[in-house]
Amino acid sequence: MKTFTDRLHKAFESRVRLGIMSALAVNDTLDFNALKEYLDITDGNLASHIKALEKEEFIGVEKTFIGKKPNTRYFTTKIGREAFNQHLEALESIVKSRKL
Amino acid sequence: MKEEKDYIKEISEIRSMMERSSKFLSLSGWAGIMAGIYALVGVYVADSYFGFNPQEISDRGGIGLNIILLATVVLIFAIFTAILLSYKRAGKREEKLWNSTTRRLVINMAVPLISGGVVILILASKGLVGLIAPLTMIFYGLALFNVSGITIKEIKGLGINQIILGLIGLYFVEYGLLLWALGFGVAHILYGIVMYFKYERG
Repeated sequence: MKTFTDRLHKAFESRVRLGIMSALAVNDTLDFNALKEYLDITDGNLASHIKALEKEEFIGVEKTFIGKKPNTRYFTTKIGREAFNQHLEALESIVKSRKL
Repeated sequence: MKEEKDYIKEISEIRSMMERSSKFLSLSGWAGIMAGIYALVGVYVADSYFGFNPQEISDRGGIGLNIILLATVVLIFAIFTAILLSYKRAGKREEKLWNSTTRRLVINMAVPLISGGVVILILASKGLVGLIAPLTMIFYGLALFNVSGITIKEIKGLGINQIILGLIGLYFVEYGLLLWALGFGVAHILYGIVMYFKYERG
């Protein structure tokens, strides 16, 4: 059982970070405001969690302009997707193993 | 150490976030039922009071302002009811109604609907009033089909139904209004009831 819990990634201990990864897992890209709406948190809070995920290289940033307005979009990287899937599998294994 | 229920909760939170960031699920079956009732009342008024029931594609009588007004009122009532009920349902699900998913839904519906609306206005202005009812169903059906991937899956069937009824109405123009009542009225009510029992009850 210890092996399962060990596979849970530290970066996903935060619910906000897990939420960001879940939303990005089913969308090609999302901008800051879209994430903010889904998670219903403050700018500062979201920015700090995004930074943490960027540091892990789990998400990437794409900066474009819509007219003159800057638009920052986020997407999951290959590393991020793998880590997220592993985390999901670990979660499911834990729940399954305890049901036996 | 976390307990089992924490892990189960975490999994369900992930699933919920994936769903609501990719699908518009705040649609209420009641919106369909109400839209269907408005449509049936509209057809009844158009037929019985305004004598609107074109038998040919090109009707020399043209289209009266009263029919345009009636259609606009029915449309506004249906849209307003859908927004209000979705707003209530989003609140119940502790979500915000207006988010990136909703915007995507509105844009994807607006493109076929506005294109169709312009086509219909042009045809109506040339006196081709028999085409109005079937074409509204075809374009509306295309709009529903277009968003069926980002909302509850019943919308796909409803869209296909509208398209088929619209195509039949295009061929049998004299049944245009009757088919319109079937599509916008009866189909909306039936799908609304199915959606209500499937997703909302309990």
